[in-house]
Amino acid sequence: MRFLARRLGFYLLTAWAAVTLNFLIPRLMPGDPVDLLVARLKGNVDPAAIDAMKRAFGISDANLWQQYVDYLGNLSRGELGRSITFFPTEVSTVIADSLPWTIGVVGVATLISYVVGTALGVLMAWRRGTWLDGVLPAATFMHAVPYFWVALALVFVFGVTLEWFPVSRAYALDVVPGLTGEFAGSVVYHAALPAITIVLASMADRILGMRNVMVTTLGEDYVVMAEAKGLTSRRVMWAYAARNAILPNITSFALSLGFVVGGSVLTEIVFSYPGIGSMLLKGVENEDFPLMQGIFLVISLAVLVANFLADLAYVILDPRTRQ
Amino acid sequence: MNVLEVRGLGVDYQSATGAVHAVADVTLDLRRGEILGLAGESGSGKSTLANAVARLLRPPAAITSGSVLYRRRDGTEADVLALGPKQLRAFRWKELAVVFQSAMNSLNPVATIGSQIDDVLRIHAPDLSRKARAARAAELLQRVGINADRLRGYPHELSGGMRQRAAIAIALALNPEIIIMDEPTTALDVVVQRDILHEIGALREEYGFAVVFITHDLSLLMEISDRIAVMYAGRVVEVGTARALRTAPRHPYTEGLLRSFPRLRGPREELLGIPGTPPDLRSPPPGCAFHPRCRHAFDGCADERPALLPVPGGEVACRLNEGAGADTAAREAS
Repeated sequence: MRFLARRLGFYLLTAWAAVTLNFLIPRLMPGDPVDLLVARLKGNVDPAAIDAMKRAFGISDANLWQQYVDYLGNLSRGELGRSITFFPTEVSTVIADSLPWTIGVVGVATLISYVVGTALGVLMAWRRGTWLDGVLPAATFMHAVPYFWVALALVFVFGVTLEWFPVSRAYALDVVPGLTGEFAGSVVYHAALPAITIVLASMADRILGMRNVMVTTLGEDYVVMAEAKGLTSRRVMWAYAARNAILPNITSFALSLGFVVGGSVLTEIVFSYPGIGSMLLKGVENEDFPLMQGIFLVISLAVLVANFLADLAYVILDPRTRQ
Repeated sequence: MNVLEVRGLGVDYQSATGAVHAVADVTLDLRRGEILGLAGESGSGKSTLANAVARLLRPPAAITSGSVLYRRRDGTEADVLALGPKQLRAFRWKELAVVFQSAMNSLNPVATIGSQIDDVLRIHAPDLSRKARAARAAELLQRVGINADRLRGYPHELSGGMRQRAAIAIALALNPEIIIMDEPTTALDVVVQRDILHEIGALREEYGFAVVFITHDLSLLMEISDRIAVMYAGRVVEVGTARALRTAPRHPYTEGLLRSFPRLRGPREELLGIPGTPPDLRSPPPGCAFHPRCRHAFDGCADERPALLPVPGGEVACRLNEGAGADTAAREAS
């Protein structure tokens, strides 16, 4: 438990650092959104209007320390400022509207990819030397292929050419959002292709990672002893070999969970999926600093939470860390 | 009576540069309830032989010849090498258990000691209740001198000696007829080693299992074994009672092993050791594999491989002793 308390302290410190950097970086950059807007309008703007805009966007000329205190205060109330792209919508609302889509698609896809990939890795290590080894070159190939390429290929083949799946949006235009079977069906139908992209593109890593650790673990004495004990193959494979081989993979899984929130930006863009990745792109395009800042904050906090969960999982799965 | 009969067993490791004959034409008997020591340098094939008997070899190792016969107390016999997967699972641990070299690695680090005893009992004695299994596990731990509250403990919480005791407790779980011990004390300090050896002896008296005790430490074998088999380059070169080997080693290799370490008692002797290195098993020397390192080698040694022939107190494969074998044969005939 002392281990967890120490980790928790470490993460709180890291979270504070992330928040502070998130505050500092945009302010250290020259200019602000209003300047950019004015520049785009070639300077033909009434100074009073500029002042009004500055106030509306929450840009102040107070000293940095005062701004920092205000920022922390706003943050504690969940206020991330107003988005410029979607003015006057609050950044928190933009994030709250897009995050569920991302977590739904990327989260579920990551989970599927992890579970299936790990199970396949275990099997391939167990049956090494059989036809299953033929999957290895394919996995290595998929390992090297970038997400967006898979996305483009799937859109082209199944979306555009065969027209089996929709190529944009999270649900059909003629469906009313609500707790209806029709809406749920439409959401799943629209999420299928992006999810398949992520599963295909990330599963190879899981397979290869798990297989490699598992092959090493199979050589351990305790696995040989489990076999000598006359246990069933299934028990040797899962309770002795896989149970130990999975430990190093927990960390990478937790990290990928953290990046779920960051979304697979490129995948979302290719599928015009209204997740947080698409929002981030829009924020960047419109130099929407409050939105970017808000999204980055959510991403960094998600990574921290995922890491803490990984530590927690480690403590549960590996008795050697429970000191 | 023999509980295990190994006949002409050969094991090859397939490698890119040819087959390595790790075990070649080994014939060996294990008598019921005896401690048979298996000695030899690293790479002499002793562990491979043990793994072959326990059917634990993995590719690239494969049994190429020979047979292993297991004889139960009721007189029924089983051809170990021909057991199907289901029969093999039943044979394992119930009839033949293994204690591995380093108990540090032979216990599952993420499972409690109790659960590692329990899963054996659950598979092999399915009619035992959960309570009975827990009681048996506690009894086993206490029998090897570990407090029963360690059942809920994990391997990393135990010292090296305790882990090896726990591994022995697991081996005893089903009262096997044979326990193969592959260097069970090599990683332990001498005091703990002494305790464990004592414990093994006491348990053997109590339960009557036979032990195949593998080690490179011949002096240790002299103390605990009934009989000793010495292996060199995958072959058994000498078998004999511990007393016969200690007082009158017949094979020059056995003599070399014996005189590789100082004697604690008796007159001071020069440490002979064995010059040279073990041969490359892909292409062992012709004739007797030991002849390039043998201080008594003569011309004939490279020509013909000596057979394992009976001599008083055991068997030896060395041309120096062929006359001795003939003498015994003659004596026995008369």
